[in-house]
Amino acid sequence: MESARIAFRNLYRQKRRTGLTVSIIAFGVVAVILFSSLAGSFKNMMISQITDSMLGHLQVHRSGYVESLDTMPLNLVIEEQYVDQLKKALGEIKEIEGYTLRILLATLLSNYADTTNIKLSAIDPASEQLVTPLLPGRITQGKFLEKGQILLPNLVARGLELGIASEVVVIATNVDGSVNGTSLVVSGIVETAVGPSGKYGYIHIDDARELLRMESLQVSEVAIRLKDSEKLTLVMNKLQTVLKGITDDKGKPVFEVHPWKALSPFNNIANMIDLMTIFIQVILVTIVLISIMNVMLMAVYERTKEIGTIAAIGTPPSSIMSLFIFEGLFLGIAGAAVGNITGWVLVQAVKAAEMTISFGQSDNILLAPQISLSTMLATTFIVILVTLLGAVEPAYKASQLDPVEALRN
Amino acid sequence: MQSLVVAKDLVKIYQAGEVEVKALRGVSFEIDSGQFVSFTGPSGSGKTTLLNLIGSLDVQTSGELIVAGQAANQLNIRQRANFRGNNIGIIFQDFNLIPVLTVRENIEYPLLMVKPTPAAERHKIVSELMEKVGIAEQAEKFPNQISGGQKQRVAIARALSTAPKLVLADEPTANLDKATSTRIIDLMKELKNQLGTSFIFSTHDPRVVSHADVIYVLEDGQLQTPTAENTMGHGGSK
Repeated sequence: MESARIAFRNLYRQKRRTGLTVSIIAFGVVAVILFSSLAGSFKNMMISQITDSMLGHLQVHRSGYVESLDTMPLNLVIEEQYVDQLKKALGEIKEIEGYTLRILLATLLSNYADTTNIKLSAIDPASEQLVTPLLPGRITQGKFLEKGQILLPNLVARGLELGIASEVVVIATNVDGSVNGTSLVVSGIVETAVGPSGKYGYIHIDDARELLRMESLQVSEVAIRLKDSEKLTLVMNKLQTVLKGITDDKGKPVFEVHPWKALSPFNNIANMIDLMTIFIQVILVTIVLISIMNVMLMAVYERTKEIGTIAAIGTPPSSIMSLFIFEGLFLGIAGAAVGNITGWVLVQAVKAAEMTISFGQSDNILLAPQISLSTMLATTFIVILVTLLGAVEPAYKASQLDPVEALRN
Repeated sequence: MQSLVVAKDLVKIYQAGEVEVKALRGVSFEIDSGQFVSFTGPSGSGKTTLLNLIGSLDVQTSGELIVAGQAANQLNIRQRANFRGNNIGIIFQDFNLIPVLTVRENIEYPLLMVKPTPAAERHKIVSELMEKVGIAEQAEKFPNQISGGQKQRVAIARALSTAPKLVLADEPTANLDKATSTRIIDLMKELKNQLGTSFIFSTHDPRVVSHADVIYVLEDGQLQTPTAENTMGHGGSK
């Protein structure tokens, strides 16, 4: 305790230097907290745009389907008996909020004058809105889907000069190879979640079944929404465990389960944000380490005679070392405390300012930075650990000083 | 009676860059317990080097030195620190008080960091020492708030706090005026008589030397043959 008391008083004696060092450490902590909270907010917003307007949190397909996703093969659908088993399995997992069945099909779309290719997602409007609640928000003109209607992507609507209530013909090849067509009315124009490009539209699942002459219920994918997206891995593991027991005639698993991360390139951006956060933390660690080592080395040089005195009167090297370790520890604690408090206040200020950003086709997305207690505690732990590491070398140097040389200083 | 300090043919050679400095050239002497001993001589004669060896702050190049029954050159750094803490008190020319501690805390420091002592006993020792050296009224002041003489009194009390067998004082009055120097030397002698602690100090001040029981004169790293001048009137002088 005497070491701690002397260490504290030495820091108090050098008020300006102590203040400066604490400020530098606090600045690093504030930078980490602000960046983590803002980047985290952006990442969460981006993920929710992807999951809540397109993918859902999890998707179940027939084994091998995702590998062939570009061609939307109709021979790799989930047949009715397996759909029933899947529904039963989903109903038993309490973390699942809802799911929706989809048929994906590659088609030709004609306005009777021109024809273009378009990929369609055939959906049940009610369950689709439960799983992707942001989908209606992507409709820039018109309204959501009913039976006999089509939601056209903006790119196709402009290209074929189609508007609301325009009649179109959708032509598709079914699993037997026969070509069928159906006429539909445009109910709305939809943008993709991330921009104006893309040729993905929506039709009613019953219309798709008629078009493809499906006599029984068959689906290309089942999109699932969780009550808590943080439980993605838990639910995925549960689902995989249940579904791996369901096999086809050849004894092979019928289903494959994918999280949104495996289906969207935006996962790479999310990973990049995480990487940048780590990079900022590394900068913080470097700032703290250099500051502490610098201050501690200065303290050792300045107090060489004092160290010589306490060594001469019999203070063990370990106790001399502890004096400087305590100084580093106190600087770390003070810097982390000031940094955490300032960072928290700034996060609240940014939140109160209600700053908005645009992402994809969504404007005025409220930036909602949040900093968790665990992040603050982790930052504090890292800072204190690094300050201790930074103090070790100067402290050891002090403990090994030759008293005679030190007293001559 | 067993001698407290026994030195035989002590040699200390420093390497100052490429130059070899022979600070002590074969010094031999014995000091008994309870003596008030002065090493005197001009600057550079080896007084401080000798005190550093006796205080186990440094080790000799050759020769034998036994202090309180222990050859310090056989100990490692940690053991030497422990030996000093248990056997030796040191008083410095510049007082060397810890600036961030009060007078009381400076005296208490060795009882906390060097020779841990229970609180009640520690407080008793510190209070008694402050009374003995006459700085009880300055107990809560910091070193920069007291005079040079008071600082040296604090340093003396600190040196005595662990009840050492031997107190070393390197030029203890060099930074004090004449009157204060006399009072400090009188105080050290009085404490020697009260506590039975041996005092060895280095000085080149003749007024201070005159108080010693035993006087050794060092010159160019060697002890000089006792003269009538340096032994006169001091029983036991060598």
